[in-house]
Amino acid sequence: MMASSYNAKEEDGHHSGASSGAGAAKNRKPDNTAFKQQRLPAWQPILTAGSVLPAFFVIGLIFIPIGIGLYVTSNNIREFEIDYTGESSNSPCYSCAKNVTWNSTEPCFCTVNFTLARPFESNVFMYYGLSNFYQNHRRYVKSRDDRQLNGDPSSLRNPSKECEPYRTSGDLPIAPCGAIANSLFNDSLVLYYIDSNNSQSEVPLVKKGIAWWTDKHVKFKNPGGNSNLTAAFQGTAKPVNWRKPVYELDPSDPENNGFINEDFIVWMRTAALPTFRKLYRIIQKKPGATPTLPSGNYVLHITYNYPVLSFDGRKRMILSTISWMGGKNPFLGIAYITVGSICFFLGVVLLIIHHKYDNRNTSADIPS
Amino acid sequence: MGMDFSTLRTLISRYCVGEENWVDSRTIYIGHKEPPPGTEAFIQQRFPDNRIVSSKYTFWNFIPKNMFEQFRRVANFYFLIIFLVQLIIDTPTSPVTSGLPLFFVITVTAIKQGYEDWLRHKADNAVNQCPVHVVQHGKVTRKQSRKLRVGDVVLVKEDETFPCDLVLLASSRDDGTCFVTTASLDGESSHKTYYAVQDTKAYNTEKEVDTIHATIECEQPQPDLYKFVGRINIYMNNEPVARPLGSENLLLRGATLKNTEYIYAVAIYTGMETKMALNYQSKSQKRSAVEKSMNAYLVVYLCILISKAVINTALKYVWQSDPNRDEPFYNQRTEAERQRHILIRAFTDFLAFMVLFNYIIPVSMYVTVEMQKFLGSYFIMWDDEMFDEELGERAVVNTSDLNEELGQVEYVFTDKTGTLTENNMEFIECCVDGHIYVPHAICNGQVMPDAAGMDMIDSSPGPEAREHEELFFRALCLCHTVQVKEEETVDGIKHGIHQGKSTSFYISSSPDEVALVEGMKRLGFTYLRLNDGQMEILNRENEVEKFDLLDVLTFDSVRRRMSVIVRASTGEVYLFCKGADSSIFPRVISGKVDQVRARVEQNAVEGLRTLCVAYRRLSPDQYQEVCQLLSRARLALQDRDKRLAEAYDLIEKDLILLGATAVEDRLQEKAADTIESLHKAGIKVWVLTGDKMETAAATCYASKLFHRNTQILELTTKRTEEQSLHDVLFDLSRTVLRQHGGMTRDTFSGLSGDCTDYGLIIDGATLTAVMRPGQEGSNSGNYKEKFLEICRNCSAVLCCRMAPLQKAQIVKLIKASEEHPITLAIGDGANDVSMILEAHVGIGVMGKEGRQAVRNSDYAIPKFKHLKKMLLVHGHYYYIRISELVQYFFYKNVCFIFPQFLYQFFCGFSQQPLYDTAYLTLYNISFTSLPILLYSLMEQHINMDILKKDPCLYRDIAKNSLLRWPSFIYWTVLGVYDAIVMFFGAYFLFDNTTFTSNGQLMTTNTQMMFGNWTFGTLVFTVLVFTVTFKLALDTHYWTWINHFVIWGSLIFFVVFSLLWGGIIWPFLNYQRMYYVFMQMLSSGPAWFSIILLITASLLPDVLKKVIWRALWPTTTERIQNADKLYKGQLSEFTPLASLHAPPKANSQRRGSENQRNPRRTNWCCLCANMLSRNTA
Repeated sequence: MMASSYNAKEEDGHHSGASSGAGAAKNRKPDNTAFKQQRLPAWQPILTAGSVLPAFFVIGLIFIPIGIGLYVTSNNIREFEIDYTGESSNSPCYSCAKNVTWNSTEPCFCTVNFTLARPFESNVFMYYGLSNFYQNHRRYVKSRDDRQLNGDPSSLRNPSKECEPYRTSGDLPIAPCGAIANSLFNDSLVLYYIDSNNSQSEVPLVKKGIAWWTDKHVKFKNPGGNSNLTAAFQGTAKPVNWRKPVYELDPSDPENNGFINEDFIVWMRTAALPTFRKLYRIIQKKPGATPTLPSGNYVLHITYNYPVLSFDGRKRMILSTISWMGGKNPFLGIAYITVGSICFFLGVVLLIIHHKYDNRNTSADIPS
Repeated sequence: MGMDFSTLRTLISRYCVGEENWVDSRTIYIGHKEPPPGTEAFIQQRFPDNRIVSSKYTFWNFIPKNMFEQFRRVANFYFLIIFLVQLIIDTPTSPVTSGLPLFFVITVTAIKQGYEDWLRHKADNAVNQCPVHVVQHGKVTRKQSRKLRVGDVVLVKEDETFPCDLVLLASSRDDGTCFVTTASLDGESSHKTYYAVQDTKAYNTEKEVDTIHATIECEQPQPDLYKFVGRINIYMNNEPVARPLGSENLLLRGATLKNTEYIYAVAIYTGMETKMALNYQSKSQKRSAVEKSMNAYLVVYLCILISKAVINTALKYVWQSDPNRDEPFYNQRTEAERQRHILIRAFTDFLAFMVLFNYIIPVSMYVTVEMQKFLGSYFIMWDDEMFDEELGERAVVNTSDLNEELGQVEYVFTDKTGTLTENNMEFIECCVDGHIYVPHAICNGQVMPDAAGMDMIDSSPGPEAREHEELFFRALCLCHTVQVKEEETVDGIKHGIHQGKSTSFYISSSPDEVALVEGMKRLGFTYLRLNDGQMEILNRENEVEKFDLLDVLTFDSVRRRMSVIVRASTGEVYLFCKGADSSIFPRVISGKVDQVRARVEQNAVEGLRTLCVAYRRLSPDQYQEVCQLLSRARLALQDRDKRLAEAYDLIEKDLILLGATAVEDRLQEKAADTIESLHKAGIKVWVLTGDKMETAAATCYASKLFHRNTQILELTTKRTEEQSLHDVLFDLSRTVLRQHGGMTRDTFSGLSGDCTDYGLIIDGATLTAVMRPGQEGSNSGNYKEKFLEICRNCSAVLCCRMAPLQKAQIVKLIKASEEHPITLAIGDGANDVSMILEAHVGIGVMGKEGRQAVRNSDYAIPKFKHLKKMLLVHGHYYYIRISELVQYFFYKNVCFIFPQFLYQFFCGFSQQPLYDTAYLTLYNISFTSLPILLYSLMEQHINMDILKKDPCLYRDIAKNSLLRWPSFIYWTVLGVYDAIVMFFGAYFLFDNTTFTSNGQLMTTNTQMMFGNWTFGTLVFTVLVFTVTFKLALDTHYWTWINHFVIWGSLIFFVVFSLLWGGIIWPFLNYQRMYYVFMQMLSSGPAWFSIILLITASLLPDVLKKVIWRALWPTTTERIQNADKLYKGQLSEFTPLASLHAPPKANSQRRGSENQRNPRRTNWCCLCANMLSRNTA
């Protein structure tokens, strides 16, 4: 279409005829440049068995050790997981699970005992995990107002349409609006260590530093600064499911209250898959040689607020240490080993092919 | 009374038709003067003014009209629909994702078309406003060109162009002629003579012109530049005199007046009705085979798209049947959504899925393909090797849509004269009554000054023969349309005649005629000039003989002869006729036919062009009769051509044969080499010519179309006279098929190289018989099939004695045969236009017969030899390039969209997009667009020189081999595999394990969680790298531009991602990508998985390539391997040529020897067997 459409020289016959003399004919000679003659100097690689062979071996030789390293690292990570959904009748949280609905006002308490067979060295991370929870549902993912969360006063009063049906409560705008904020995970988990003389001591949980630094400091902002949140959120309603307004999420610490509450920020980063875990607390390594979590009996005190049985969900509490390459992840190591071995094996196959066929091909039987 | 009735009838019928435009002739009052009363009254038609509008748009209608034009294209319309759907319903991706690319494409196209149209407007204005001299009331006034009306009398001065189509009334030259070049119309720069109307040529001042009282009746405008039929009625003393008008009286708009001081002419067709304007109309669009398979793929992908959407919609409703899944407490619908009817919801969901997956059909593919074709065609124009120094011309690309089709050609139909041969004629000999005359002393085509003698081969003839001989020479001096040009600066065909003082040239549109007239000069008879209707000849005794030129019966390719009627000074009237033997011999009643025929056949076998000359003496009565016949035919307004042909047929009879001439037309440089290469490339070459069978066959031998061991099959009138057509056809097919069976056996025994191949010769008459839709329909269809079957098994076919339309018929026949091969027609003359238009690819050779073929062609090349590079190099490259482009585009979009499809299974079929809007929008536009565009412009899988040396490489890509279904499926499967690797790789890293990052960039020791956008970004990063590396692996030709673009677009992707996530963008109402990319890169596992997934994705493709290359290499791959090997080992010491094809170098040298001294060399004996078969 492009080339055929117009050729100015051809169409205005009045001008062209006179000017095409002998001089013009000389000018018609194309420029003899490497580009125009398609003779630019070029590297011309060809993938033959011979040239690919070393690459396969090299990939194999690099990937297999990496895979082994990753696998070993991953295996060295301590991880402990406990399901406290309370689905079966013999589970301690059975009654809570049965009674709690999202609009119940009274909290329900339950405790779960567990034993760590081996101590957890270094920092331990505490996660909550949810299953069958579609945080990646489209209606859910878009149901938020990033401007409002960024502290924009006009969005605070007039949240985005995307927040429907969690946009307004009565006549008042909801802050924070939307389905994500509305469904904030509100179980609270407290961990106690039962020492040898059967006395319970609370394990100190750090609740800050669990969100992305950029989220906490740039993306999420309280309207009108972090002081006097009550005034700032005047004229807005709390999300329907919430028991308390946003400015009371952590009254003790103004740096962790309102939109910049880290539990809230973590929740607002929607998970990729319906089964996910989110960072809840950090258990800091104690100075000296004592393990962060020594082996022994523990009890988990749960304030059971979050109903999951209605959608066949599960709730878990996970304790995990990390390595230089993140959390427990055997897949990556196995995958590296597999791909590396395949490459190595293919290298051998190609070597055979190369010896058997390549020489024959390149020898002489080039068709003329 | 009867007369009145007929007038009335015509009047009534004209009124009844209503539309005046439907009247098939028009009447023009010269100078707007009403005809005298009493003559037939005409209804004055309304004619358009002389405004030329080549522009498509006006300022006001540009936007709507351009939009309409653009959205008429299916692809654009599809994207518009997607865009509108996105606007109307709540869809997963914002309208921007499809709106922006569409807007970009539409805007760029609109700007380009707008700019072009602005140029056209400017050109139009310049033309429309240029001043024109018009004669009004006996005075010359200036008018703007656009105000010119039909019937205005115009004064045109030397070197001015004609403002509209004019009928020449008078010129400054006394004989009423004027010279014109039509260089800007059809490219012919030679001067042509036009004639004023006989009765008005004396009126050559403006006062006198103003007194002309006449009307012109002529046909309604039609685009044929070389046809015009009209009649002028001149009222002198109120007595109407009717004269015929023909194309020799019509001056076309766009042509330029030369060598004539001024002319007066009357406007006949103005503005958009001029022949030039009518010729603007664009030709029908040809579509390439690649485009067709592209459309087929598109349909497949559309089906995939729809089925994906349907599957997902169905699964969504199955999944949602549980209300806790449909509306869990955390994710409620709005009230409005709940109340919507289920069917409407389902339909909206379906549309939303369509929108989500619509990127599988990339809008940018069309843009890229078009850019590739448009930019790529410049390489053809820029090619230094296709520049001809002699002509000063380079290759021209008229349509870039067919670039890749050049790599798919299976049949080449070539014209002979001017295409295979140089069309540079040289007089060789003549034969009068069997006596042969050879002008000697020819040295490099130049006449030795004092050696203008002749060589009589036979014994000197008697007195009667002497008379015949002189008559023959005179006939040749008179029977032509050659002009004499007495200046030194003439464009076009030059032939110097150094005759005493003045230098003069013979100019003619037919090189044969020039050769003949020059030959006569060497034999002692010199044609001097045409002066006042008298032809002057200088005879052997240096006396000037004068002949009145009474009439010229012009040449046409159907009649294949021309005649002149002259009156000698003695008062005798002669008709001299010259033409092809086949058209002369049947009309001859006496003369030494047998001797002449023998000589003609002998000459033809040697590849010379022969013409026979005959004469007829006309008695005064006969002459009167002839005059009447001619004038009656010429005055006819309808079917004038047919009537003229009938008249000519009646006049050119009872001829007395004088003799024959032989003219040589040399083969073009490297024509034989080119044909050999085409043969090796698996292309079947057919020669279609109007020439005699023997001449054509000889040329075929010389040009290596037929080889020594080619067995010639004949399907000619000569054979069909002996046997019935039916028998001949079945005989031939049996021969061919037996051979075919034998050949397969031969290939088993490894002797296939020696087996004879077949060449077929068919002539026009037999072809008509074969093609004729016979009485018994079944039988004739059978003929066609049999004929096609024979043709398929012949390596070369020669069709001689072809009329122009038959050439197109042949091309059509082959095009329509069951394999639907791709055809290419190449020719240089007007008679080749029909086949050039008919074939898939039409190529014009810039020959000496004007520019008609070039104008109608898709590509034009200066010489036949350039066809080799055009097909073997450019065609091959373009095909490789575009097939990769098309496949790669579909592949990369499968990779792109399939993960998104898989993600639906994990997000509750909620149409949640995997990638961010910016990624969705820019993937095809900027992240992955330039590398493939550049690949499709620069890729050279094999060096150019090797492609030229090994034509058989062309077979590797024959039959659209790279775009057939297996390779399409391979690419699609590869795309799906890559998509699965990318998606599930990321899935397993995210699922149930701790795929985490060090979220706090400032401090360490903490571990953050990634969300869905990081998941998508990880997949997208792997995707962009994989897809780009895949192209890098396919690239065989890495120039610095490739490096720049491939690594550049990866860097661009990274930089863009950093920037896109690095800022809170104030204009966005979501900040989902904020720091996502950086956080991902700060995570160790992300790096590891990116590397792993890229490797795993590329592995199978590399493996497939390597193994296929090793186990089942194509010729191309073998050559590549060998090339590499030799380059490594032998470097520059050994030229590649000697390694690849040592025997070919020899044959080339032999070929060039043949060309240097082509006449009467060894291929004479090659033809001997043919001759013997003919005479036997």
